Amino acid sequence: MSQFLQQLLNGLFLGSIYALIALGYTMVYGVLRFINFAHGDVFMLGAFTGLYVNKLLAPVLAALPWPVAILIVLVLSMAICAALGILIEWLAYRPLRDKPRLNVLITAIGVSLLIEYTGQLVFGATQRPFPAIIPKVNVGGLGGLTVTMTQVIVAVTAVALMIGLRFIVMKTKMGMAMRALSLNPTASSLMGVNNSVVISFTFGLGSALAAAGGILYASLYPSIEPFMGILPGLKAFVAAVLGGIGNIPGAALGGLIIGVTETLVAGYSDVLGIPSGYRDGVAFVILILILLFKPSGLLGKVEREKV
Amino acid sequence: MLEIENLEVSYGSIKALHGVSLKVPQGSIVTLIGANGAGKSTTLRAISGLIKARGGSVKYDGEDVTNLPAHKIVAKGLCHVPEGRMVFANLTVEENLRMGAYLRNDKAGIAEDMEFSFQMFPRLKERIHQAAGTMSGGEQQMLAIARSIMSKPRCLMLDEPSLGIAPMLVRSIFEQIVAINKERGITILLVEQNANLALAISQHGYVLETGKILLADSSEALRKNPQVREAYLGG
Repeated sequence: MSQFLQQLLNGLFLGSIYALIALGYTMVYGVLRFINFAHGDVFMLGAFTGLYVNKLLAPVLAALPWPVAILIVLVLSMAICAALGILIEWLAYRPLRDKPRLNVLITAIGVSLLIEYTGQLVFGATQRPFPAIIPKVNVGGLGGLTVTMTQVIVAVTAVALMIGLRFIVMKTKMGMAMRALSLNPTASSLMGVNNSVVISFTFGLGSALAAAGGILYASLYPSIEPFMGILPGLKAFVAAVLGGIGNIPGAALGGLIIGVTETLVAGYSDVLGIPSGYRDGVAFVILILILLFKPSGLLGKVEREKV
Repeated sequence: MLEIENLEVSYGSIKALHGVSLKVPQGSIVTLIGANGAGKSTTLRAISGLIKARGGSVKYDGEDVTNLPAHKIVAKGLCHVPEGRMVFANLTVEENLRMGAYLRNDKAGIAEDMEFSFQMFPRLKERIHQAAGTMSGGEQQMLAIARSIMSKPRCLMLDEPSLGIAPMLVRSIFEQIVAINKERGITILLVEQNANLALAISQHGYVLETGKILLADSSEALRKNPQVREAYLGG
């Protein structure tokens, strides 16, 4: 039983990171109706930005208590990646705004490859250790469960970011414009919304969350390389589809489900008779099932409008 | 207030408007009638910046606003209520009205105009927290009109407000259109297929046929025009 709870907990931590990435997919889908396949690479860039920010500011950060240091690394990296996300949209996707969606989708795959190989050129192809910004201590737990400080920080940060996002989307004017735009871009422009600005903002927001995800992921698995974004990116994409693409709470839920399922399959591989190496396949089995049985996703609505 | 001159619009290689000219004097209700596909909606879409004009000009308040992006045209006080209403289906009635006031920052003024909207259409107040997409077509049309008022326009362009709506509601919506014009002094350009109704509340009318203005006259005269009677008023 305690092993099960431990696995469940580990799955939730991993899932909360998938959730952060999935939110970016779903938000961009919401405003532009396309899947930004370069999103997983922004996640990778987040981890590397965290690495370099930490390196550059090392003397300053060393003098600060570690929670403050993490906050600084996190916020700076998120801001840098938000700017990168806005730049990607501006350079690669905006010129294709009125073109068929397939063009944009193919471009996204191109952007993804570009970022990965440029990353290899700039950061090197070898695995790089990610600095232990968070102290490696166990904070213990109830009934023999092990929880590390890193996991606590991952969970707290992920939850805080999701609450923050919910606030932005539901309570601010920009958030309302995002929702309006995703429902009807023509009508939102007739309300005076500059759709391009809202789209830029959405990319920035999604990229910032992916960057946070990258840093948290690198803190859990402290070895990073330019292709690290591919699998988590694809799994987060599945999470977004599982929750119902375009649906923000759905993306968070989908991320958690993928994380937990994957961890449980790996943890009980001997019982299930599935080698633990198959853990990466779990998300895609889920994708096939959801596309077969509920293509609109768990929380997604079938789009229906009265005319 | 609104002067359109020689407006030309094409969809690909197909010309939809062949030089449409019309004038909407300040404080008036002007109607643009015509059959399906005559180019009525296209005219409005070109004025409000939703589609690009190939030629001609749109002057609003003496200022050339031809081919400005839609969000900049709204900012100037020229608001377009599009065909099919286009309310934000998953947003509540209240959120839809707030979207109408997107460019405004005067909280008190927004609250006041929201109150005005509810006086105009009490039905909306009953449904304030309901998702707009769950309401009837007529209620959605009321919301679309109220939402446009929230932007504090000086000129309003309404595209087929009677389309697909129960006759009972059509009457009350048209009464409110007149009230908006009279009480708030908002100039109105009304596009309608229901020519009878539109000519009854407007001072001036234009008849559009296959992308050209066929007739332009006072609404009174158009109602008596045998050509109009036969083609648009049912004989």
